[in-house]
Amino acid sequence: MNKNIYLDHAATTPVDDRVFEKMKPYFSEIFGNPSSMYMTGQKARKALYEARIEIAKVFGCSPEEVIFTSGGTESDNLAILGVASALKHKGKHIITSNIEHPAVLETCKMLEKDGFEVTYIKVEANGIIDAQKVKDAIRPDTILVSIMYANNEIGTVQPIAKIGRACKKSCVYFHTDACQAAGTFDLNADRLHLDLITINGSKIYGPKGVGALYVRNGTSVRAIMGGGQQEKRLRPGTENVAGIIGLAEALRVAQAERESENLRLAKLRDLLINGILETIPKTRLNGDRENRLPNNVNISFLGIEGESILLRLDMMGIAVSSGSACSSGSLDPSHVILALGVPFEVAHGSIRFSLGHATTEEDINYVLEFLPKIVSDLRAISPINM
Amino acid sequence: MDNQDGTDWVYSEEVKKHFFEPQNLLMEDPETFNADGVGYVGSPACGDMMKIWIKVDKNSDKIVDLKWKTFGCASAIASTSVLSVMVLENGGMKIEDALKITPQDITARLAGLPDRKIHCSVLGDKALQAAVNDYFSKSGQRDRITKEEVSVVCDCLGVTNREIEEAVLEGAHDYNAVQGKTKCGTGCGSCKGRIEDLIKRYKSQYFDEKI
Repeated sequence: MNKNIYLDHAATTPVDDRVFEKMKPYFSEIFGNPSSMYMTGQKARKALYEARIEIAKVFGCSPEEVIFTSGGTESDNLAILGVASALKHKGKHIITSNIEHPAVLETCKMLEKDGFEVTYIKVEANGIIDAQKVKDAIRPDTILVSIMYANNEIGTVQPIAKIGRACKKSCVYFHTDACQAAGTFDLNADRLHLDLITINGSKIYGPKGVGALYVRNGTSVRAIMGGGQQEKRLRPGTENVAGIIGLAEALRVAQAERESENLRLAKLRDLLINGILETIPKTRLNGDRENRLPNNVNISFLGIEGESILLRLDMMGIAVSSGSACSSGSLDPSHVILALGVPFEVAHGSIRFSLGHATTEEDINYVLEFLPKIVSDLRAISPINM
Repeated sequence: MDNQDGTDWVYSEEVKKHFFEPQNLLMEDPETFNADGVGYVGSPACGDMMKIWIKVDKNSDKIVDLKWKTFGCASAIASTSVLSVMVLENGGMKIEDALKITPQDITARLAGLPDRKIHCSVLGDKALQAAVNDYFSKSGQRDRITKEEVSVVCDCLGVTNREIEEAVLEGAHDYNAVQGKTKCGTGCGSCKGRIEDLIKRYKSQYFDEKI
C-alpha cells in the first residue's frame, strides 16, 4: 500500500510551488524589518506594499484597507472583539450563526461573559442560513453581524450578498469568515456589502500562520493588542513578510484559476457523492446538495462511528476528517452536523472528504473501490442496525 | 498516555492489531449463538455502545465463550476485543475472576490508551458485568447479581457518584473541573470533602494515580 490520497484540504492545503518560490527570497536575503530606514528594510517594505495591493485587488478595495494578521483565528478575533470594543457604548448585540467556526463562536461566547448579547441564527436543515432571519434579528442595539461565507465542515455557501444588503440598510457592520471560500468565490467587498472579511493562507495553498482582515475605511475597530505602529496600529508587531508575500501570491493564483478549478472539483465532488450514496446503503449527505463548496463532501454512515472509518481509510492511504466526538477531542460530536437537526448518532458517523488541486478522478475511484468494504466491515462489528 | 511524539499512528500497536483484526466478534445471528447471558452498555447517541454475549459452563462456573459487538471508535473496538481475549484465554475465566477485570487491566493489555479514550475501555467491563448479571438472572442465581451502587453525593443539586465518576473519566481531575461538569457543590457546598475523596478514588482507579 503506497497510496497517499489527501482528502482533507479543508483542514489545510500544501503550499503551491509558485507561492513557495515567491516567498523564498524573504527569509534570509531580503530579511529586513519593513520599519527600518535602510535599503534592506525598505526592500521588504516595498514587497509588503505590493502584496497589499495584490490582495486589495481581490477585495476591490484600497491597499490601506488590508490588515495582515497571523491567520483566520486572529482576523476573526480582531473583527469581532475590535468592533465590540469600539462600539460597546452604542450597543451590545451581535448576530452570528450556530455553524460558525470556533474562532467566531468562542469569541462571541467570550463577549457574552462581558455583558454582550449574541443571537445565534439557526441554519435550515440543509445547512443554509435564511437571510430573512438575520434581517429580522437586527435590533437598534445590534453592532455587528458575523456570518461565515462557506462552512468548513459541510461546505454550505451562505447568501452573503443578501445578508450584506440587509446589514447595510440597517447600518450594521457585516463581517464574514471567508477562509474556506477565499480560493473559490468572489471576495469583492462592495458587491457583497461587507465591512470586514477574514481570510488566511493555509486553506488556499499559501503558508500557515498568516492571514488578513479587510477593514472598510471608516469602520470602527479597536486594536486587541498593544504595540508598534504597524498595520495602522490595528495589528502591531513586525510583519511576517515572507508569509504575507505567500498569502498574496496564493490568493492571486487561486482567484485567477478558480473558475476552471471549481468546475473540475465539482465534477469530482459529484462523482464521489453519487458513488457513495448509490453504492453504500444507509448513508446521508450532510449539507445542501447544490449550494456547497465544489470540493466538499460530507457523509454520515449510519450505525458506525466516524473515527473508526477515518482510521481504516488512513490504513488505505486516504486522509479524511470526521465530525465524531472521538476525533474532535471533545465528547460531543460536531456542532455543525448537529445544527442540521440530525440525531447525535448520525453526527458521530460523519466523514468529511475535502478535495483539492492534487485530487484526480483516479483518487476518487480508489476511494469508491475501498470505502464500501470498510463500511460493511465496521457495520459487522456494530451492534446497531439503524 | 497522550501521544504528541509525532508517530504516525495515534494508538499503540496492540490497539491497532485488535482494531484491524477484532477477536471473538459475533458474526452469526445472536439467536443461533444461543447465549446464556447478554449485556450491553452505552448508547449510540453518546458515541459508544457495546454488547456482549456469554456462554457459561455451569459446573465450573467458567465463561467458556464470549462474543461481542461494538459501536465506537478504534479504542472502543480494540478494548472489547482484548477483553474477550482476556476472558477466554486458558479455557475461560471463572465468573468471579472475570468480574475482577478492571478498566486499568484492559488499558494495560492494550499498552495504554490516550487519557480521553479511557472511558471507552470502562464500558467493556461494564458490558461484561451486565452480561454476567443477565446470566445470573436467567439461571436462577439472582442472589449473585451485583448491583452498582448509585448514591447522591451532592444533595442540593442531586449529583450522584456515577456522575462524578463520569466527569473524572472525561478528564475532570480536580474539584473545580468536576464542579464545572456536574455543578456539584454549587448549592450549600457541604459535600466538598466527600466529592474530593471520590475524585481521588476514581483517579487512582482509572489513571493509576496514587491516593
